Amino acid sequence: MNSREQILGRVRRALTDVPKDDTAYEQAVSRDYLREHGERTVEETVDLLAENLADYRAIVHRTDAAALPSVLAGLLAARGARTVLVPPGLPSHWLTGVEQVPDRAESTPHELDGVDSVVTGCAVAIAETGTIVLDGAPDQGRRRITLVPDHHICVVRVPDQVVSSVPQALERLDPARPLTWISGPSATSDIELDRVEGVHGPRTLEVVLVSGE
Amino acid sequence: MSGTYLGMPAFPAAAHEAVRDRTLRGNLRHATHTIRAKRAKAVAEVSDWAALREAGRQIKDHTLRHLDRYLVQLEESVTAAGGVVHWAADADEANRIVAELVRATGESEVVKVKSMATQEIGLNEALEAEGIRAYETDLAELIVQLGKDRPSHILVPAIHRNRGEIRDIFRSEMAEWGRPAPEGLTDTPAELAEAARLHLREKFLRAKVGISGANFMVAETGTLVVVESEGNGRMCVTLPETLISVVGIEKIVPTWRDLEVFLQTLPRSSTAERMNPYTSTWTGTTDEDGPNTFHLVLLDNGRTDTLADQVGRQALRCIRCSACLNVCPVYERAGGHAYGSVYPGPIGAILSPQLRGTQSEIDASLPYASSLCGACYEVCPVAIDIPEVLVHLRERVVQGGPVTRGGNKVVLRPAKGHAAERAAMRASRWAFGHPGVLRTGQRLASRSRRFLPRTLPGPGRAWSASRDLPQVPAEPFRDWWQRTRGGKDGGDGK
Ligand code: SF4
Repeated sequence: MNSREQILGRVRRALTDVPKDDTAYEQAVSRDYLREHGERTVEETVDLLAENLADYRAIVHRTDAAALPSVLAGLLAARGARTVLVPPGLPSHWLTGVEQVPDRAESTPHELDGVDSVVTGCAVAIAETGTIVLDGAPDQGRRRITLVPDHHICVVRVPDQVVSSVPQALERLDPARPLTWISGPSATSDIELDRVEGVHGPRTLEVVLVSGE
Repeated sequence: MSGTYLGMPAFPAAAHEAVRDRTLRGNLRHATHTIRAKRAKAVAEVSDWAALREAGRQIKDHTLRHLDRYLVQLEESVTAAGGVVHWAADADEANRIVAELVRATGESEVVKVKSMATQEIGLNEALEAEGIRAYETDLAELIVQLGKDRPSHILVPAIHRNRGEIRDIFRSEMAEWGRPAPEGLTDTPAELAEAARLHLREKFLRAKVGISGANFMVAETGTLVVVESEGNGRMCVTLPETLISVVGIEKIVPTWRDLEVFLQTLPRSSTAERMNPYTSTWTGTTDEDGPNTFHLVLLDNGRTDTLADQVGRQALRCIRCSACLNVCPVYERAGGHAYGSVYPGPIGAILSPQLRGTQSEIDASLPYASSLCGACYEVCPVAIDIPEVLVHLRERVVQGGPVTRGGNKVVLRPAKGHAAERAAMRASRWAFGHPGVLRTGQRLASRSRRFLPRTLPGPGRAWSASRDLPQVPAEPFRDWWQRTRGGKDGGDGK
C-alpha cells in the first residue's frame, strides 16, 4: 500500500463518527460576518486607504492623470534612481527621462539587484487594511521585480481599483494567478519586538493614488 | 527525529530551570505583554470578530470532518495547475522525499521559509545528513540557527534572545555560514536587521531550490498561501527554479472565499496587525514567473491519529497564530523550550502529545503544563477549547484507554507509578510561585468560561476523587496551592 492510500485510509477510519448525511459545506459555515466594516462614501474609502497605508509606513502621494508623469519623475529623482525596472504593460507615458530596464524572464536575480527602483500598477487595493495586491498582469510584471530592488513605486487608480475590505478584494482576484499582497514595506519585529522596516523586500514603498487615469 | 527535543526533561523539570533564568523571563515577559496588548486593540477594530471566529471554527471543522474528500480534491487541483503532489505518512518519509527532490536538482543548498511543519519533522538535520545545507531565512530563525539553538515561540522563535545576545551570535557565527557580520556591528535592531539582510541576500540571489510550508491550501483551486512580514518568504517562493512545500494535511480550506475569514483573523491574532506586510499565493506553476517546478509534500505524521480522537481533533483547527502563547501565564514563566517540542505554549500542550503519543515522560507531562485558566480559549481565532482537550488528555494519561497510534487502534495502559501525578505535582510547585499572574488568569476564567470541571469527567473521576491532587479546579488551583502547598514538600516554587 502506498502512502497516499495509507493516509486516506487512516483519515476515513478516523472519521467513522461522521454521518454520511453530514451537513453540506454551504450550510456548515455561517457567513454572518460583515462584507465591510462601516459605511463610507467612495472618497472616504480612498481616504481610509491612504491613512492605513501611511500607518504601515508606506509613503502615500495623491495626484491626477495629467500630473502623474511629473510626480513619478520627481519621486525617482528624489531617490537618485538612475535605472528603473518596468513591467511590459506599464503605460508608456507614465515614465520619462529615466533609463528603463525591461522585465525579462532571462534576467538573473543579480541583475535585478543592480536596479535602483521599480514602478508598477496594481490589481486592487484594500482600504481597511492598507494593502495593495499585485496579480502579475502586464502593468505589474513578474513577482520578483517588486521584490529585489530596494524601492517600489506602485500606482493605484482611484477610485476604481480600491475596495473596502478583504472579502471584496478576494472576489475580484483570480486565484489562478500568482498574487502578492503588500501592506507597507518589508518589516521585522524579531528583535525585542522593535519594528524595523526593510529586511528582505523593498525598504521603501511609495504608493501613488491617481485619479482620472 | 520527528522534532522531539532529544534528552529533554519532562515539562516541570525543564520549566523549573527556565523559571530561574532571569534574562529569559525578562525577555519573555516584555514580549508577551507587548503583543498581548496590541492584539486586543487590533481585534477591537473589527466589530464582527465573534462572527469571524465562529466562521473560522466552522470552516475548519467541516474540512476536518471531510478531510479525505478535500485532500483528493486538492491533489487534483494542484496537479492540474502543474504541481506534483507527494504523500508522506511520517517524518522520515517526508524527509526522504524532500532530500530526493533536492538531490534530483543537483543542488547542495536550499533556502527555507520559516515553517513549523519542517521543524516538526527535523528536515534541516535530515538534509544535513544527506550533505544538503538548509539556510533558514526568517530573521528569528536565522538567529536560532546561527546560535545552534531551538525556537521558543511559534511566531517569534528567538523571543528568548535580547539584542545583545543576537549581536554576539551574529559576530561569532555569521562568517561560518556565509557573509560575515559587518565590522563594528552594534546591538541596535536596525543594524542587526541590516546585517541579516546582507548575509541572506547573497543566498537568495543564488538559490536554485526553495523550501516552504504554507498557512493555507485551497482545495477548490489548488492555491497555497504563505503569510509573512520580512519578504524572505517571497524570496524563497519566487526566486528559485524549484519550490518544495511541506504542509500538514490539516491546512486545507475548501474554497478561495474561505480565505476572507482567515486573512482577517490570522494577522490580527498573530502580529496584531490589520494585515501582515506580505502574503503570497501561488497555484501550481506560472510560465516565466517564479519556479518552473513545484512539489507539494502532504504530511500526516500523527495528524490522522489526532483526527481519530473526537475531543482532541479540534487541535487540528489551529492556524498557528500564537495568540494562546502570549496570554498563557505558564508559557510566560516557563518559556517555549520547556515544552520540548516545536509547538510550545497551550497549543503545544495539546498538539504534541497527540501527534507523538503520551508514552514519553515529556509528552505525559504536557497536559499538566497549564492552570486551565481558559485565557487561551478566549483568544483563539478558531475557538479551540484547549482546556477541554487538556483535561481529556490528563484523563487519558492517568486512566489509559483506547487511542489511535500509527493508524491502529490500541489501548493505552494507565501511566505507571502515577508518573503523571508526579508531573502534576511538580508542575504546580513552580507554576504557583507567582500567585499574582495566576490570579489574573483565574478571574478571567471564572468570568468567561463555561467549562470548568469540578472533577475529571468520565473514568477520571475515580482517580481525582481518591487523591489529594488537583481536582481540576474544584477549587481554583491557586487556592488549592495556598491551602496545601502542593500537598507535600511545597515551598521551592519561589
Ligand atoms: S491554538 Fe488557537 S490561539 Fe493557539 S496558535 Fe492555534 S489558532 Fe492560535
